[in-house]
Amino acid sequence: MPEAVTLVVTRYRPEQESEPTTERFEVPFRKEWVVLDALNYVKDRLDGSLSFRWSCRMGVCGSCGMMVNGEPKLTCGAFLGDFLPGPIRVEPLRFFPVIRDLIVDIGDFLRKLRRVKPWLERAEEKPLGEGEYLQTPDQLDAYKPFSMCINCLLCYSACPIYGLEPSFLGPAAIALAQRYNLDNRDQGSRDRLEILSGKGGIWECTFVGQCTEVCPKHVDPARAIQQYKLTAAMHWLMPWAGGSR
Amino acid sequence: MSRHTAFHPRWYRPRVSVWWWLEKRAYALFVLRETSSVFVALVAGTTLLQVRAVKAGPEAYARFLEWLGTPPVLAVHALAFAFVLFHAVTWFNLAPKAMTLRLGGKKVPDAVIAAANYAGWILASALVAFLMLRD
Repeated sequence: MPEAVTLVVTRYRPEQESEPTTERFEVPFRKEWVVLDALNYVKDRLDGSLSFRWSCRMGVCGSCGMMVNGEPKLTCGAFLGDFLPGPIRVEPLRFFPVIRDLIVDIGDFLRKLRRVKPWLERAEEKPLGEGEYLQTPDQLDAYKPFSMCINCLLCYSACPIYGLEPSFLGPAAIALAQRYNLDNRDQGSRDRLEILSGKGGIWECTFVGQCTEVCPKHVDPARAIQQYKLTAAMHWLMPWAGGSR
Repeated sequence: MSRHTAFHPRWYRPRVSVWWWLEKRAYALFVLRETSSVFVALVAGTTLLQVRAVKAGPEAYARFLEWLGTPPVLAVHALAFAFVLFHAVTWFNLAPKAMTLRLGGKKVPDAVIAAANYAGWILASALVAFLMLRD
């Protein structure tokens, strides 16, 4: 076990530089430490000006996604021991504009997410007195994997299509649209069809498949997109058919 | 090099290199898989030419077969075979992603869907081999 490991961290301070640079930090090696712990060590002990996002430290909030040695990772789940002997490169998530150091702007994703209406759409709500909308375990299974998304955006940083074609809705937004399309309580699949199969929608995807590989919650966005291609194609062939599941 | 927006002049927007597909093995394999469709089209085109040669009579067909046997055409076909094989394998491996089959309310496992595709491929190949090799 080494005593220390070197982090090579991307710095971008727009008030003093026009392009990102890198800075090396020597941090103690602990086998239970993840990259996020090392970054917090840097911030606490070495350079308080280093900026990065984090919150839960347990793979739930989706805030601490960064590129670690070129791969999109949740830094709270990336153990230092897996990157020995180092140095470990820590960069901001790819394909997003960088605001400062390791912080990217995710506004583009949030705008796209709203467009796919990621909520239960009902033509008519039944009265509260009639109780909940009940579901069988099979009905839950139909969409459950897609509902595990934590919006960490690792899938966007793994997707070269998103990098090359910024209008692409992207893996997570489409997976979340499918999460609601496949929910038997939802009635909004017709509304989503135009957005999902229009410009910037599913047909931009050429199935590189890396979104699924990097997803820390096993959402499998590539599956959601390919499935929806089939759905949209069936709609195009048989526009009179009901539902778009 | 940085591109800026009007509203956020200080955000850094890196450009994607045209060589992005060489950055990762998975990206390179993806580009190879997409390239394989060119060879699939080539084989389909050759088959159409073959049909035309058959229609034109025995002499034309003999000429076509002779052309098929020339070294450059053989070399291209050897390369095409490798690509078509790669194309088929990647296609069958991807098939379960696009299809969700449910039997008796339970999801059919991905491996079963892929295996069914491979079984279909082997059966079709066996049928072609039978038609070609019988005397």
